[in-house]
Amino acid sequence: MKANVAAKRDPHEEAGAYPAPAAHAELKGVSRIYGVPGHGGVHALGPVDLTLRQGEFFSVVGPSGCGKSTLLDVLSGLSVPTEGAVTFEGKPVAGKVPDGVGVVFQEDATFPWLTVWDNIAFGLRRAGVDPAEIERRVNYAVGFVGLKDFAKAYPVQLSGGMRQRVCIARTLVMRPRLILLDEPFGALDAQTRLIMGDELLKLWRETGATVMLITHALDEAAMLSDRIGVMSSRPGRIIEEIETGWPRERDSRIASEDGFGQITARLWRLLREESLKAAGLAGGGS
Amino acid sequence: MSWAGWLRLIVVTGAVLLLEVLCRAGVIAKTVLPAPSVMAGDLYRLLASGAASADIGETLGNVAMAVIASILLGFVAGVAIHAMPRVRRALDPFLATYYAVPFFVFYPVLIVIFGLGAAPIVVIGTLFGVVAMLINTLNGLDRIPRVLLKTARVHGMDPVRTALMVKLPSAAPYLFTGAKLAIAYCFIGVIAAEFIMSSSGIGYSIAYAFNNFDNARMYALMLFIIVLVTVLNAVLFTWERRIMQRRRR
Repeated sequence: MKANVAAKRDPHEEAGAYPAPAAHAELKGVSRIYGVPGHGGVHALGPVDLTLRQGEFFSVVGPSGCGKSTLLDVLSGLSVPTEGAVTFEGKPVAGKVPDGVGVVFQEDATFPWLTVWDNIAFGLRRAGVDPAEIERRVNYAVGFVGLKDFAKAYPVQLSGGMRQRVCIARTLVMRPRLILLDEPFGALDAQTRLIMGDELLKLWRETGATVMLITHALDEAAMLSDRIGVMSSRPGRIIEEIETGWPRERDSRIASEDGFGQITARLWRLLREESLKAAGLAGGGS
Repeated sequence: MSWAGWLRLIVVTGAVLLLEVLCRAGVIAKTVLPAPSVMAGDLYRLLASGAASADIGETLGNVAMAVIASILLGFVAGVAIHAMPRVRRALDPFLATYYAVPFFVFYPVLIVIFGLGAAPIVVIGTLFGVVAMLINTLNGLDRIPRVLLKTARVHGMDPVRTALMVKLPSAAPYLFTGAKLAIAYCFIGVIAAEFIMSSSGIGYSIAYAFNNFDNARMYALMLFIIVLVTVLNAVLFTWERRIMQRRRR
């Protein structure tokens, strides 16, 4: 199914609740094939057409192994698409992460030999930012993610959630205009995920950045996003885009709203068949 | 000190005291083994007289050269081989069986090539140490989490900066282990080589004392070596444990 075609638009949008969206990042006809196409290569992704609007919170859900992380790698410039074109702020993205793009990974990406403070300052130092400015930004970020008391601690002394906050802070200080998150809370317990989700929403509002979150958790996508892209089983394509219609000022308490259940139910209706296909169980009954 | 540390101290002290009692009681003849307190006294007098200073200096110099050569060559070769997976697959069996080769059989060849003097001894020491460093360099590079390399790319780091700021610190615990093993192997290689192919150094001096029934000098030098490598190893072990504790996830 052609991507970037929103299914049933929600009433908020029809009523003009959203500003006219500007394309911030775009994928046009993007495919990624690992190995030699046509000679046993693995077709992991695509073709995908996707537009991320300026300042929106966009989530991608899909069955395991459908190419969600490949989509993020291609969009960030960490991977080169086999076919198609990727642009960020109108400029082509090819094999190099552009300035203004920050990425948070699922795995613990803290540097174990650096303190929390030095981990957060890592990118700024590499970029040659003035030391006084580094001090100002890192101190703010340490406070923002609630790690002021752990600034001199090493990652080994932190919980998994705290380490992920270090990675988020390291991205935050670079002032990215596009933040890509690859299942950043995948290894965390349910309560910590909710808290981290709220922190992520705070970060999104604070920075005004465009956010794309890759997640396998439907409730997480429904709670956090302005818009959700649903991917098919491999090779992953965007089979539907859903507008949530949530206000910009929101947090995890939105899960008690009536619409929340409707969104997650709709996501599951779309994903169930794809998940069965991905698990090799399609056609085995309803 | 930890409970295990106290236990170690008690075991070592107990063993020394037992040996002391057995030697003093005549159970062990003093022509076979002098009491540890006698050995310590002999060592003190030997060091104070300066009679062994030249030999000690020569051995430590040879060990230092072998350690530096082992660490540099092992690290550079490890980085190069890691970058060439096919070469590595071909070399893997040789690296795995490397320490099964008795290098001392090559000593006539080394003397022919390098002549008499320090060079063949340093070469033997290096041959002992280099592969420990090389294997640990490969291990360290293998174990760099991919996500850290991706993070380096996200921050726009070039290969040189990635190597210096991410790869090297990430592999540091393994490199340290390699260096620690290289030091131990170099000591073994150098002192053993001095036994058979030198006219100076601690190894030569021990062999000379043995051949001339000079038990006092022989045991004093043996005690010196044991104390030196034990202290050195304890310092390196403590340092290594601190590094590893910081890295444990």
